[in-house]
Amino acid sequence: MAHEHKLEIFRGLLKFKSNTQKIWGVLIFLSIVTTVEVALGIVKPKFLTHSYFLGMKLLNWIFIILTLVKAYYIAWDFMHLRDEKTPLRRVIVWTPIFLICYLIFILLFEADYIYNVYSDGFITWNF
Amino acid sequence: MDATVSTGTEDSVWGGGNKPLGASYGKMMMWFFIMSDALTFSGFLVAYGFSRFKFIELWPIADEVFTHVPFFHGNYPMYYVAFMTFILIMSSVTMVLAVDAGHKMKQKSVILYMFLTIIGGAIFVGSQAWEWATFIKGDFGALETNSGRILQFVDAETGERAALADFAKTLPEERVKHVASEGIWFQSEGYQTSYSLNEVVEGFKATPNILIRTEQLNEEGEKTLLDRKQSLAKILEANQVVEGANLVHNEYGHRLFADFFFFITGFHGFHVFSGVVINIIIFFNVILGTYQRRGHYEMVEKVGLYWHFVDLVWVFVFTFFYLV
Repeated sequence: MAHEHKLEIFRGLLKFKSNTQKIWGVLIFLSIVTTVEVALGIVKPKFLTHSYFLGMKLLNWIFIILTLVKAYYIAWDFMHLRDEKTPLRRVIVWTPIFLICYLIFILLFEADYIYNVYSDGFITWNF
Repeated sequence: MDATVSTGTEDSVWGGGNKPLGASYGKMMMWFFIMSDALTFSGFLVAYGFSRFKFIELWPIADEVFTHVPFFHGNYPMYYVAFMTFILIMSSVTMVLAVDAGHKMKQKSVILYMFLTIIGGAIFVGSQAWEWATFIKGDFGALETNSGRILQFVDAETGERAALADFAKTLPEERVKHVASEGIWFQSEGYQTSYSLNEVVEGFKATPNILIRTEQLNEEGEKTLLDRKQSLAKILEANQVVEGANLVHNEYGHRLFADFFFFITGFHGFHVFSGVVINIIIFFNVILGTYQRRGHYEMVEKVGLYWHFVDLVWVFVFTFFYLV
């Protein structure tokens, strides 16, 4: 059990006095991020839905990045990965990330290919 | 470990007793489980992405599907899901506070925080059940075409969605539910819709201000609205009425959307449910003083890991199902 807690978040920008205080701090941060996500989801600003980066709407990129940020703080501070030894943390984090990236790459490319087959083929799917 | 025979090699690196990862067996196994479970969930979510990319032009817009809040009427997209997300994050916080209190051997605080965590989990599961019920029951009703596409209706004057009840005609016809024991033995209907196809089509022809909206997304990312003439031609392709959603028919749009909704949120809801059950077991152990006597609260920490993982998964489900 890791009894010593690292109390700094944002790379030392914010240092808490106790672990309890850090937990509440992280909660506030996560709530803010969620609020931003929901607000963007409801408003859907035009300049974000009409600009694309790597074939995906900018708004969706923002959602995904904010999700990863939230996941980072849940794993690091709630699941205490910040306090675990570096090798354990790396094994836990990088193994799934590698496998998931691979899966995403394979399946999304395949899906896009099938989409093209459907839309460019000589058969109508809508009757 | 007291019975271990001294071999004189304890001081060397490979002499045993080394803990390179500094984690106990139980915690390590919980991490093993969490990683494999994370891969299972990724499999589901990526499969969702696969189907979505495959039908990228006609995928339902989540904002238009999840618009209800309990006890309120009207159109409130996302609010309730945001509330659910907040509840789950909040219960994660009380869980981590329980773990923290456990480190300090404060039995009373652990009891309180575990209790709050269980309540939070129960609220979440209840909300999810409500959301399922609303989704299954349906909203406006729609028609399904021969190819399985969904046709929805819009009031031309207000631009709002029109429910089948707003315009369908009541015709002097009666249709009994098709059961397997009468009629074709290998076919049957799950439910009978409030209006027959004929009633909807006749009502549509008689009401000039109703237009059809197809599943096709236009450049604005909105569903395509047909004009009256196109609508009248399109309605001939319809072959049945759909109200609500199940695994085969889905009035909100592509049926795979409903399938994945049931599958992914169901699997996640099952995790939350089992998390609540495990939490309750640990909660009683804490009350009985098991961990106080044991001298450490590592069990709370382990069940906490699982609970945070459930929260972590929800963060992704929330993004990919409701936001993106």
